[in-house]
Amino acid sequence: MSLLQVEDLEAGYGLLKAVRGISFSVEEGERIALVGANGAGKTTLLRCLAGAHQPSAGRVSFDGADVTSAPAYKRVASGVAMVPEGRRLFQALTVRENLQVAAENGRPGPWDVARVTEAFPMLEPLLDRRASTLSGGQQQAAAIARSLMTNPRLLLLDEVSLGLSPVAVQSVYDSLEGLDRSRATLILVEQDLTRALAFADRVLCMLEGRVVLEGAANSLTREQVTQAYFGLRQAAGGS
Amino acid sequence: MTWANLIVQGVMLGGIYALLACGLSLLFGVMRIINLAHGDIAVLGSYLVYVVCDHLGWSPFLALVIALPVMLVLGYLLQLGILDRSLRGGQLVPLLTTFGLAIVIQNLLLQVFSPDVHSLAPYAPWISTASWNVTSQISVPLIGVLGLVAAVAVLGGLQAFLHRTPLGRAMRATAQDADTAALVGIHPKAVYARATAIAVATATLAGTFLAIRATFDPSSGSTQLIFAFEAVVIGGLGSLWGTLWGGIALGVAQAIGGHIDPQYAILAGHILFLAVLASPRGRVIAHGVAA
Repeated sequence: MSLLQVEDLEAGYGLLKAVRGISFSVEEGERIALVGANGAGKTTLLRCLAGAHQPSAGRVSFDGADVTSAPAYKRVASGVAMVPEGRRLFQALTVRENLQVAAENGRPGPWDVARVTEAFPMLEPLLDRRASTLSGGQQQAAAIARSLMTNPRLLLLDEVSLGLSPVAVQSVYDSLEGLDRSRATLILVEQDLTRALAFADRVLCMLEGRVVLEGAANSLTREQVTQAYFGLRQAAGGS
Repeated sequence: MTWANLIVQGVMLGGIYALLACGLSLLFGVMRIINLAHGDIAVLGSYLVYVVCDHLGWSPFLALVIALPVMLVLGYLLQLGILDRSLRGGQLVPLLTTFGLAIVIQNLLLQVFSPDVHSLAPYAPWISTASWNVTSQISVPLIGVLGLVAAVAVLGGLQAFLHRTPLGRAMRATAQDADTAALVGIHPKAVYARATAIAVATATLAGTFLAIRATFDPSSGSTQLIFAFEAVVIGGLGSLWGTLWGGIALGVAQAIGGHIDPQYAILAGHILFLAVLASPRGRVIAHGVAA
């Protein structure tokens, strides 16, 4: 049984349809990269999976249970966490408090402050600093660490590299690479195609609310993904 | 020495204003709601304490053992049943909703208790009249000291609660970003309901002190709301310790105004409030309310 099963999912904002009949499944331990141009529907799809946006049609199953209409806080309890675009840390709270508040409201599990600072060493000296004083890269690390503190089985990451320096992006990806696959399945939205292909097991390319290319990352070329990304060729999928 | 006594009386009165204002400050801080029914909820709490005292012959502070849990539950239900729906309608709807709620409470109290003026002082005769004469010209009223101690205890307790408990941290997180709070497992509606329950309970406590110190009737709530609002604005919106200083500043201003001419007591508080609003800090506060 797949960890996540998405069937004919549709979602939008009023008359605008951002996600149009998307279906895919994710296995435990997989790393999926969701790529696509701005407005392709990636963030809306991720928000639907996290319970932050209600789909208008379709079904989302997590670990065999239908969670389509479950709100975000209930999905966290069942093991789905999301790092939203723009990090959105609780700015007036310290980094430690950001981590604590997630741990106190998430699932029991192996992640604690010591373990996340081991995964993201840059956070160690920043624990007692207000989140608002952190740099972009530090905030991204803290946002991922905060989500891990809920002990998710599925971690959704929206635009992890957006607005970060190359050094900060590398640092965040190094930490993500180091995560134990058995502890968190990842779906990440990424604009950097090279990085997406290098990091993920499987790539889904979206265009105008639909998945136009899907395949194993090692079976797709950068050119194939680029063509699907810009709608130059609507590919059916890789292996 | 008269001035020293005025300041002492003002500080004592200000403690009770701060107690009244802390619920208003908490709700604004957590939900960005200005609860226009806050003063009437305090008066409703006073009536509840009055009913318990009248029927059971208890002192007002003993009656709080019954009144506070009842008002906690009422606050919780108020949020889930009324305020939560109004929150979805934008910024103006909660303002109109709480204004309507204030009118409903006033008219219900009028219907049940008549417009007659009541006081809790007869149920706590010693507490309401006892005072220490520190010098021949400085007198410290017991009810004022109790009010100030209660204000410091409640505000300090709330401060500790918000910073040192899981629910407090969840409240601060939800206050900043409710959508993201849900993404880390917090149920914002439950957090809001608990914050409202606490605010209603603190209003009841403040209403009890005010009702021992003076009189109340079904229409007293509007005046109490103005004092609470002024204390919150003078002290800085959303700051609990600021609310204490705001309440004390308001109390001292009223005491000094009242000494100059009894008619100026309330006016002096309003003038201080307007002076704060006109200051650069006041413009920041006004911007915070509008945002």
